[in-house]
Amino acid sequence: MNVIVTDNGFESDTWSNIFLTLDKLLLINPKSTNKFSLDVPNTTDPKELAPLFACISLIRIAFLNSTDGRGFTLASHLRLLGYKGRLRAQGHVLADQYTMARRCGYDEIEISIELADRQPEKQWLSRSDWKSNCYINQLKQLA
Amino acid sequence: MARKFTNKVLTANRLIEGDVVYLGINGDWVLDHDRAQILKEEEFAIKQLALANKDSGFLVSPYLANAEIRDGVPTPIHFRDSFRANGPTNYNHGKKENHNV
Amino acid sequence: MYSYTEFDNNFNQNRVDQFRSQVTRRIDGSLTEDEFKPLRLMNGLYLQLHAYMLRVAIPYGTLNSQKMYQLAIIADKYDRGYGHFTTRQNIQYNWPKLKDVPDILQDLANVEMHAVQTSGNCIRNVTADHFAGASTDEIEDPRPTAELIRQWSTDHPEFSFLGRKFKIAITGSPNDRAVTKAHDIGLRMVRNNKNEPGYEVIIGGGLGRTPMIGKVLRSFLPRKDILPYLESVMQIYNMLGRRDNKYKARIKITVHEHGINKICDLVEERFIIQRSSFGGFDQKLLIKLEKAFAAPIYINEPIDSYNKSYQSDPLFRSFVDTNLSEHKNLNYSIVSISLKKHGQTPGDATSQQMRMMANLAKKYGHDELRISHEQNVILPHVHKSNLYKVFNELKSVELDTANIGLISDIIACPGMDYCALATARSIPIAQQIAMRFNQLKLENDIGEIKIKISGCINACGHHHIGHIGILGLDRAGVENYQITLGGNSTQNTAIGKSLGPGFSYTEIIPAIEKIIYTYLDIRSSNDETFLETFNRVGLTPFKKIVYTPSEIINKSTATFANNNNESFASQEIK
Repeated sequence: MNVIVTDNGFESDTWSNIFLTLDKLLLINPKSTNKFSLDVPNTTDPKELAPLFACISLIRIAFLNSTDGRGFTLASHLRLLGYKGRLRAQGHVLADQYTMARRCGYDEIEISIELADRQPEKQWLSRSDWKSNCYINQLKQLA
Repeated sequence: MARKFTNKVLTANRLIEGDVVYLGINGDWVLDHDRAQILKEEEFAIKQLALANKDSGFLVSPYLANAEIRDGVPTPIHFRDSFRANGPTNYNHGKKENHNV
Repeated sequence: MYSYTEFDNNFNQNRVDQFRSQVTRRIDGSLTEDEFKPLRLMNGLYLQLHAYMLRVAIPYGTLNSQKMYQLAIIADKYDRGYGHFTTRQNIQYNWPKLKDVPDILQDLANVEMHAVQTSGNCIRNVTADHFAGASTDEIEDPRPTAELIRQWSTDHPEFSFLGRKFKIAITGSPNDRAVTKAHDIGLRMVRNNKNEPGYEVIIGGGLGRTPMIGKVLRSFLPRKDILPYLESVMQIYNMLGRRDNKYKARIKITVHEHGINKICDLVEERFIIQRSSFGGFDQKLLIKLEKAFAAPIYINEPIDSYNKSYQSDPLFRSFVDTNLSEHKNLNYSIVSISLKKHGQTPGDATSQQMRMMANLAKKYGHDELRISHEQNVILPHVHKSNLYKVFNELKSVELDTANIGLISDIIACPGMDYCALATARSIPIAQQIAMRFNQLKLENDIGEIKIKISGCINACGHHHIGHIGILGLDRAGVENYQITLGGNSTQNTAIGKSLGPGFSYTEIIPAIEKIIYTYLDIRSSNDETFLETFNRVGLTPFKKIVYTPSEIINKSTATFANNNNESFASQEIK
């Protein structure tokens, strides 16, 4: 069972929906009243997801390697396109990257037990104050 | 066909100071290339490297460098290892400083 | 000059505290080297050939006396009493100890400085014209925009783990002194036909393994759009840039592979939505920054004494003629202080010299200093009545070398004397060239020439864009130096052309000598610069002489006798 990291520290994963790939979701031809969970790689074109936002309640973006920052830009793009549902980063994310993930629009990080052992809750909590000391948030304020 | 093993020294930088060090004859870490242990067997050299990699509380970036005995003294073969053993050419700093005192 | 806000100070202090805890965790063993390495690189700390190296940012090359003074203190307290100024307007300390680095960062933070993003695959220290705010040809001071970009790029949550490092340079003058066309993004401040301020955006330039000249992405970007537009470019690069091969990961390759038109379409499409994420605070800040970088309050003094000293002191005259540039205020000068005294390491300054430069800036220079990408220090605003005093005080610490723009004013990376990536030495080559032509007393006759030396293919020494470029390589375990000719780092950016097979460590200086003598021999007049001659005649005449054995040339070419030929080519270099 993977660990979910939020501003409150470690939690167990309570999300019970099955994750679909984009191809599968498109096959279902979803109605906006349905709510689905979607698994996408960090190379996804967010414009393909935009028409489906109303029927997605969680998008999970894979981080195969902590040095690959594409998942950060993808998340911020999805938010800018109007996605309001839950956004989860899954995989190799370091505690030192927690603030970045939150600032890009992720709600939570899903990490393996093994990574949680190596980077205990304390390290993540020390980065949980993601709102302060952020240049980009300051610059994007209203005049 | 078995390839010929070139003699090696084991070298690294010290974690806290950053100084270049060599595995010495007594298994200690020495500052002078002159006092480095020449590793003549591949298997032994690789084992020593693995041990050094584990000793990450003291060492950074250990690696095996080609070396030979010249005039009875362990001597680097590649010029990069010579600079590392002898310090920069523009100032008497680092290894040059050590040799001057 | 910009002063930190409480926000900047809090950010900086937070980073120092974080790094202190990371070093503690590394030393007590809770962090492995693999985990620690990216963290130390994010704070400018490298492990080099002999020791650690700390690279400190001097954003857009601007600093005041207090900062320069602190750099001197750090050099004495934690290092060997000197620092090395780089082509990216940084200063590097070659001998810090890991345990001292948090204290160094604290000392830096105390004077509003840092080492953030001087390494790693992120947006690096933004560089700018070193004559900003002082030169006569300037449309606008680039530093307010540069500071805006510094803040925007600092710890940017999307762009701290790019495919590769990313460098931005900006100039406010049509005469480009910031090499904007050799950067990932180059910005040139321009005006449109309604005289509104904006930027020409150039992308995909870069040196290194695959040198490329940047291409214009947008010929006019209105000032207010700068951050959302940059953000759009970065996003397209972050998503599209290659991550499968380190050598193909820079944006120059992305642009090359996809074509500038496709990149342009993607950026413009992205820009439309990206613009909505900014609410106007950035432009309000830019106005504040413009005020912070307002011109100094100039003094008004008679300048007769300057004219008198110029007539009476030939050394001063030589310094004035070589090291001074025109200031937009007629009674002021821009003083370039050469860190290239013949035989010294290019770009190095001792702590004593740093203190002197700080004092001079404070006393005579409206408290401003600049670091140039050519590894010199600039006093941008010196009233002419003070020039002679500045000169004499510089002389007292051997900073009076009158060689700006001449053959001994060489860019050289640290090379294999320090750098773990280097494949050959650069510093001794620069030292020997400078010494050689100084002995020959030919420097002034040769005139304007830019020699740039890199000790590996990464081209930190800008060799591709030197009039003479020298690249040091490892050829089968021996240092080997390749020469390129005709490179240009100005607005007419050009990549130098390869002369031919490389030279050994002992052959390279004679080869350079032959090239110079060829130039002196074939130039159309004393006014034709090396680059002009090269552009007129191409590689062939140089090739012919350089690859002909020296004794044949000595016999057959009488004209060289006029040029102090006793030392030509065959002279042994010590």
